[in-house]
Amino acid sequence: MDIHEYQAKELLSGFGVPVPKGGVAYSAEQAVYRASEVGGTRWVVKAQIHSGARGKAGGVKLCPTDADVRQAAKDLLGKTLVTAQTGAEGLPVHRLLVEQALPIERELYVGLVLDRKRERIVVVAHPHGGMEIEEIAQREPAAILREEVEPAVGMQGFQARELAFGLGLAPPQVNQAVTAILGAYRAFRELDATMVEINPLVVTQDGRVLALDVKMSFDDNAMFRRPNVAELRDYAQEDPREVEAAEHGLNYVALEGDIGCIINGAGLAMATMDMIKHAGGEPANFLDIGGGASPDRVAAAFRLVLSDKKVRAILVNVFAGINRCDWVAQGVVQAVREVHVPVPLVVRLAGTNVDEGRRILTASGLPILTADTLSEAAERVVAARRGAKISEPE
Amino acid sequence: MSILLDERTRVIVQGFTGDKGTFHAKEMIAYGTNVVGGVTPGKGGTKHLERPVFNTVKEAVADTGASASLILVPAPFCADAIMEAADAGIRLVVTITDGVPAQDMMRVKRYLWRYAKERRTALIGPNCAGIISAGRAMMGIMPGHIYARGPIGVVTRSGTLGYEAAAQMKALGAGITTSVGIGGDPINGSSFVDILALFERDPETEAVMMIGEIGGPQEADAALFVKQQMTKPVIGYVAGLTAPKGRRMGHAGAIISAFGDTAAEKGEIMRSAGLIVAPSPAELGATVVQALRQQPSRPVMVRQ
Repeated sequence: MDIHEYQAKELLSGFGVPVPKGGVAYSAEQAVYRASEVGGTRWVVKAQIHSGARGKAGGVKLCPTDADVRQAAKDLLGKTLVTAQTGAEGLPVHRLLVEQALPIERELYVGLVLDRKRERIVVVAHPHGGMEIEEIAQREPAAILREEVEPAVGMQGFQARELAFGLGLAPPQVNQAVTAILGAYRAFRELDATMVEINPLVVTQDGRVLALDVKMSFDDNAMFRRPNVAELRDYAQEDPREVEAAEHGLNYVALEGDIGCIINGAGLAMATMDMIKHAGGEPANFLDIGGGASPDRVAAAFRLVLSDKKVRAILVNVFAGINRCDWVAQGVVQAVREVHVPVPLVVRLAGTNVDEGRRILTASGLPILTADTLSEAAERVVAARRGAKISEPE
Repeated sequence: MSILLDERTRVIVQGFTGDKGTFHAKEMIAYGTNVVGGVTPGKGGTKHLERPVFNTVKEAVADTGASASLILVPAPFCADAIMEAADAGIRLVVTITDGVPAQDMMRVKRYLWRYAKERRTALIGPNCAGIISAGRAMMGIMPGHIYARGPIGVVTRSGTLGYEAAAQMKALGAGITTSVGIGGDPINGSSFVDILALFERDPETEAVMMIGEIGGPQEADAALFVKQQMTKPVIGYVAGLTAPKGRRMGHAGAIISAFGDTAAEKGEIMRSAGLIVAPSPAELGATVVQALRQQPSRPVMVRQ
């Protein structure tokens, strides 16, 4: 789960990480009010979307006057911002962060991640902030500083000091940077984050160290014990189909192709999509219906897949383990009767009670194409898609 | 022989009396697994499925001599259950539950290192289908009947794709020693390397099928291990050719976020390390059978 920059700054600030003075605004009037509230003579108005690279996309505006703040807010609110990270659809701007603009001396990079290889929290720092970490890793890998945190005792002060001195900071700034890094670590640990990125961490001309931009992601699996983080979720930043899928216990990811997929198990879903590609097609989505393929869940899956108007054919591939194929077949038949399916449908069942499952599909009299193997299923759905004509609802 | 588990292994179930625990314990018993009891705190002293229930894993171990535990408790309590089993001296823990917080797993893995190597717990999962030694015993939720007994070891991150591989092999007359699901989480108990090392030492295993996914460094680590330390042929496959960058494909760990995370890159790493990579997920079984036939120094174990 991702949150907005202003939310991440509020959270980190609670752990002692210094951030610029600022506040959230939902309207132009509120933005002007925030500017007067935070004080100063220049402000930055930042579009709040779940994406980086907002500056290059015109989502961050420097405003020397109240009138500029108002204008920037008017320009940004309600707009859809397309950045290098959002994809072509972009993300809607409903909230702004209004902050004091600061005279900056240096920009640094500090990031904390859960490292899968080391199975530990790793703190990464680099003397040149503002770039993406991938970019840093490619251009100046030698200058990357790393500290691994021993899970039994947590991050120690000396580790943060080594990073701060390694970044080339002067002693007064080292202490501030140590506070910021240890605070970010405690937030990571205590809020079940998977990523905290302070990019850049800045040194201002008057010698202060502040987190100028912050990104935080959290472990969905741990949100049951972090209600104060879970409530920060902003559904407007997510694909509505994925939100709906989650409500039905389904796992859906929209893709670019036109063959809809309904599959049980994440690995089999990815493999089936691979097969469709091998057969010359392109999957329209990833959809894992999970363990229990009840008729309601299958029907919800069909509705979801069909809500994507690109879809020209659908492949259902279920390997029934604990599920039995006859139950799955009944679920499919009931779902197809309930939901109008205007495109060709290929169903491949395998596993427990497969013969009975196939019999139910055939006996239903519905226009369902069946397949025995994975390759047959993929070839059949790609062929069906080529010949597909959209039929009208009866 | 098989790895990790056979028909003599004394198994308990943590979360024994719950719906899931009951259902899967019955299936395991029907398959031939030596289930000697279970643990549900507060229900100690009662009987369930004609087997004793204990309040703690320590009591269960003392009374039954159990050496393996299947964990089917809800995700918030999983880390606690795994550490309890490790502390009680259980040598093999299989955790089926999905949705365990990643930082819980980080602490669990650190905790397991407290113990000397001779008594350290091997953890399989979480978020996996479990282990099956074909025709002998299973600790997991897989449909036992799709696994034929034979010379191939299987290690897979995905449950249902592992079923697909087993069914394809069975259809071609090729069987399995043990199939191990290591799970789809970013931090899991045993890695591909841990399981490959066991298969390399198992005299009955002739070849290994390793089924990976996008995301994480484990497939690349495994490829290096195969190149440097294995004599048996390893057949690989990585699911997720069509997965876009930065999107989580169902499994918490299946996300392309770094160089080397994509299916194409992992496939290439495997190929350059000498693994035989299945050209598509429909040819998992066929690729394994062909690899076995091309091992002239070894007896061909495939039924014709």
